Amino acid sequence: MKAIAFFFILVLALFINAQESDLKKLPSVDLKDLKGKKVNTSTLGFTGPVVISFWATWCSPCKKELNTIHEVYSDWKEETGVTLVAVSIDDEKTKNAVSTYVNGKSWEFEVLLDPNGDFKRAMGVNNVPHTFLIDKEGNIVYSHNNYAPGDEEKLFDEIKKLGAK
Amino acid sequence: MFKTIFLIPLLGFSFVSYSQDFSSGGTFTGNIESTFQYLNNDTIIDATQPAQKGLINSYMNVFYTNKNFKAGMRLESYLPRIQGYPNRFDGTGIGMRYIGYSNNLVDVTLGSFYEQFGAGLSLRAYEDRALGYDNLLDGARLIVKPHPGVIFKGVYGYQRLSFQQGKIVHGEGIVRGVDAEINIKEAFDSLLTDDWDFGLGVSFVSKFQADNVNELILPQNVGAYGGRFKARYKNLNFDGEYILKEQDPSNDNNKIYNYGHAAIFNLGYSKKGFGVLFSGKSVDNMSYRSDRTKDLQDVFINYLPALNKTHTYNLVATLYPYATQPLGEVAYQAEVLYSFKKGTLIGGKYGTTVNFNVSTTYRPVQHTSGISSLDSTGITYRARPFDMSDSLYWRDVNFNITKKINKKLSFIFSYFNITINNDVAKISNDAKGIISSHIGVIETSYKINKKHAIRTEIQGLFVNPIKKGPDAGKINDKGDWATILVEYTISPHWSFGFMDQYNYGNPIEAKRVHYPIFTFGYVKDATRISIYYGRQRAGLFCVGGVCRFVPASNGLTFSFTQSF
Repeated sequence: MKAIAFFFILVLALFINAQESDLKKLPSVDLKDLKGKKVNTSTLGFTGPVVISFWATWCSPCKKELNTIHEVYSDWKEETGVTLVAVSIDDEKTKNAVSTYVNGKSWEFEVLLDPNGDFKRAMGVNNVPHTFLIDKEGNIVYSHNNYAPGDEEKLFDEIKKLGAK
Repeated sequence: MFKTIFLIPLLGFSFVSYSQDFSSGGTFTGNIESTFQYLNNDTIIDATQPAQKGLINSYMNVFYTNKNFKAGMRLESYLPRIQGYPNRFDGTGIGMRYIGYSNNLVDVTLGSFYEQFGAGLSLRAYEDRALGYDNLLDGARLIVKPHPGVIFKGVYGYQRLSFQQGKIVHGEGIVRGVDAEINIKEAFDSLLTDDWDFGLGVSFVSKFQADNVNELILPQNVGAYGGRFKARYKNLNFDGEYILKEQDPSNDNNKIYNYGHAAIFNLGYSKKGFGVLFSGKSVDNMSYRSDRTKDLQDVFINYLPALNKTHTYNLVATLYPYATQPLGEVAYQAEVLYSFKKGTLIGGKYGTTVNFNVSTTYRPVQHTSGISSLDSTGITYRARPFDMSDSLYWRDVNFNITKKINKKLSFIFSYFNITINNDVAKISNDAKGIISSHIGVIETSYKINKKHAIRTEIQGLFVNPIKKGPDAGKINDKGDWATILVEYTISPHWSFGFMDQYNYGNPIEAKRVHYPIFTFGYVKDATRISIYYGRQRAGLFCVGGVCRFVPASNGLTFSFTQSF
């Protein structure tokens, strides 16, 4: 078994090109938005920076983070052209409450559903909240796990850095 | 089988040298998680020190994609497993691995994969690491998208049952399934205006397990099939799914030859500032596993979501959680969320959100008139969808109000009334009959300055005395509890916390104990380190209606997570 594992890792390692930049691209996963429309994650953004925030209706720090950003979102958009995509990892048990919550809170973010965790796995997310910042070219340039009040300011600084490029 | 699977990446590699389908580099993503525990003896709460003293679980996922090619694996390690984790995990090795190819038309995966048909009532393979739940399918999957809005899926595989001596152990039965889904709007672009959306799906799942007993003639192939729909008009949503399961005598259902069913529907309406949702569920004889002799969380092919809110405050979430009863239940849930606008009397300067939720679950009616349980059919009763009795399993009435006072200070006030039938949904060895409890929580957040913030929770749980029987009037279960929590955070890196749960109302005086716990966290970008020290109460830990028992413990937990 060990030999097989080693072999597998070796094969994967052979694909790495040392010349390539170490920025990673958004993986391609088909998700649905709240209206049932299919959205492929690799096509998110490209007109400006994109923030992808993994959350769930049962996760209080996630909701705190998104509600905080909600209050300043129009300013952020105006200043940097950023788009926020909130990816809910609610499964069948709580998935239907997503739309109730999002509209009840008047969020203006794009909201996508990832009920069996396909995108969550592909992005290497261990636990929510987990927030990623994507540049115009689709590269992941910053990520932050967990949320404490004030973290949104650090995120905004990172977004502004992109704008300065 | 392993050897063949691992040769295929090699073929892929030789392909790379001349194909334009690959770009150099490609993308790696993944994560690492490691949890270490050092536990002590604590006789007051019945916590024991394991012989090894130190316990550790570790995982690393690596996913690779390069244009149309993908491959991935998870290494996992239990040396030995942490406390409360299912006892069938040990050793270090590969717990999941796959390779695949996808383009606009097809998506092929060989090896391990996760999948869900519809709401999962017929098939759902998923991982929940916190629960120790992983029923992945090991085999082959083909997804075909012949036309926009049309998806066909076919899966074939053995399920992961456990992980022993560093190797995946499969369940005994083979699982096969096909699923087709059409989204009318995507498929026929001009047919519907934006106000409308309509979709349909059908699925068929079958398992094979050899008949290995002499006393009974067991069906070797058991199917589960059905359909689903969803419809949307403007902000009004309606969706549902119905799955019928063939005769599947198992240890779960006491080897009866009844058919089973699961049905679920959701009706929701939402607009800016207001959302309402009504859901219903009916389940009968729907435990569907790829091995008819297994129990607990082992090799479930399907998923039956519990129809209630997932709570997060510790007394509410962990003392009286509800697990789905796969043998039968009828459940309803209603949820309302309303935000009072900024500038109104109740809304104040920042707006106020009110959330109300109620869920109930009852025993279904099992009609036995005209049915002889001793005849050769093995059918012991007749059941109809949504035919419920007045025997209560679960009820949860709760509401909360979120109020921001000013830029610095905000509150969440919550109330929960939870009633659980301990004879059916067994939650405690100390309780009798129906447990009824009231829980109140006040959460306060105060932002001291740009980076420093403090958050507190005060929780109280009050259990009603036993109503009926010889113990009427006595304290039920473990009596009343109180919890205080204080958390101090310095953005973006540090957090310090202290929580104490106090079982001050326990009927046994010696068990009126404190469960203090200190927490420390450090986060930098995608790296997180957490340290916990203190007492953990024994209890059921549940995610999505699937639960596992975690024994009491006293000691140190160190956990590390990294995403990349």
